[in-house]
Amino acid sequence: MSLDKATVLRVARLARLKVRQDRLEPLAAELNNILGWVEQLNEVDTDDVPPMTSVVSMKLRWRDDDVTDGGAVDDVLANAPEGENGFFAVPKVVE
Amino acid sequence: MSMIQGATGDWEVVIGLEVHAQVSSKAKLFSGASTEFGAEPNTQVSFIDAAMPGMLPVINGKCVEQAVRTGLGLNAKINLYSVFDRKNYFYPDLPQGYQISQYLQPVVGEGRVTVDLADGSAREVGITRLHLEQDAGKSLHDQHPSMTMVDLNRSGVALMEIVSEPDMRSSEEAGAYLAKLRSILRYLGTCDGNMQEGSMRADVNVSVRRPGEAFGTRCEIKNVNSIRFVKQAIEYEARRQVDVLEDGGTIDQETRLYDTDRGVTRAMRTKEEAHDYRYFPDPDLLPLELDPNWVEAIKQSLPELPDQKKARFEKDFGLSPYDADVLVAEKENAEFYEQVVATADPKLAANWVITELFGALNKAGRGIDDSPVSAEALAGLIVRITDNTISGRIAKEVFEIMFETGKPADAIIEEKGLKQVTDTGAIEAMVDEVIAANPDKVADVKAGKDKLIGWFVGQVMKASQGKANPQMVNDLLKAKLLG
Repeated sequence: MSLDKATVLRVARLARLKVRQDRLEPLAAELNNILGWVEQLNEVDTDDVPPMTSVVSMKLRWRDDDVTDGGAVDDVLANAPEGENGFFAVPKVVE
Repeated sequence: MSMIQGATGDWEVVIGLEVHAQVSSKAKLFSGASTEFGAEPNTQVSFIDAAMPGMLPVINGKCVEQAVRTGLGLNAKINLYSVFDRKNYFYPDLPQGYQISQYLQPVVGEGRVTVDLADGSAREVGITRLHLEQDAGKSLHDQHPSMTMVDLNRSGVALMEIVSEPDMRSSEEAGAYLAKLRSILRYLGTCDGNMQEGSMRADVNVSVRRPGEAFGTRCEIKNVNSIRFVKQAIEYEARRQVDVLEDGGTIDQETRLYDTDRGVTRAMRTKEEAHDYRYFPDPDLLPLELDPNWVEAIKQSLPELPDQKKARFEKDFGLSPYDADVLVAEKENAEFYEQVVATADPKLAANWVITELFGALNKAGRGIDDSPVSAEALAGLIVRITDNTISGRIAKEVFEIMFETGKPADAIIEEKGLKQVTDTGAIEAMVDEVIAANPDKVADVKAGKDKLIGWFVGQVMKASQGKANPQMVNDLLKAKLLG
């Protein structure tokens, strides 16, 4: 698998990263190096091997249906650049 | 199957629905914040729902149980092993930058729903899958000239996405499917079905084709929040697609919105890469594994569902399929009816509940939950019809007063002196009076105009202010005039 400049640009956009035009080529080369390294894993035959979901043998833990959290508007909004009347305020994004 | 008439022939509409139903639970899917509707903004938000760094989701067992219960109620396969994935996209009301959902391995697989149509026929609609996922927050665009306000109270609330097969062929079928699904969820207690509060929303997939041909390109109408709008949106969209195709155009696969004010669908501004969600298994969550015994225990605890209840009403109470259908659609109505039939005649009870009570409630804009006439009170009235204390006509009068005042039937009958006259002597006196006053009509009857008996019955009933027992009046008149 090999990435071209257009793909790097698209991936950057999906991740909301701004990449300068002259950085696209070097970035593609770097990402291709990483992909090439990871692709070595394809040499191992993993047919009939279930995906590993955890390095320790444990099951998903379940929680009871109790309300134990909330009521902390100020804490929730503490890092918001802007807020008003208990809302987060962000630049208008209406369709 | 209903066809759409185009200029160049008939078209068939093909519909599939993705319904988002809010799981009935106290706390959210992966956090301990409340799911209560209508709270002040951001008061029901945990650091998990706000996606603060380092916070880890822990699944709410009740939400899993509700999804499994729903799957069982939809006659669906329960997957004992399912996986949560991240669906990645950017939007201000999605603080994580991804929605935790289920993609390739949902908790519930294929099922089916039987949908009853107005003409008495039934149709099977296939369920493709049901999966659990997080709801997003709410964006308000009209509160500020240049800002969007975001409330995360809904963020992280558990949703069930229920995907149907493209098995519906008319707006009526789609509406009936959604109504049936809502009814089943409410019987199960897994979703309150409150569409006004957004507890159920539907994405509607619509395409058209020539009968017998392969499926056409579909458009998805997002987030429609009432059964009526679903039907309207389908009508409009199917016609639009037929017009485009007949003009030689092609349908673009796109996401559209239904404008409820103008009654039209329109394309959403295309978000670039909107459908590149880059799903991958959520590394914060282990697979969801279910114990078959636990699933079986839920199965054993399922309540009687609408289809079963309908069959029982038809069999045990002798109701018509239509009446049974009307009564079971809403759980509360069915419960009310069952309380009435505990003491009253089942068929009369069905008529009274459907015609008189629903009619009066509808007119008064009230629900069955705040009916001024309780089930016991209505049964009390019906019993007075069956034991001949009052006639059906007088009963309607009594009912109106009951509805206004909340008084029991017996008190009103007593107070207003409405008790049916069954005293032979009294009725005979009235009969004699009417006969004496109309010698010419008596002569007509004797000359063979038997049908005039009905006129005499009417006169006697009038004289008695409706209180005479009609059967006794009829018998007496026949004996006197024809005997």
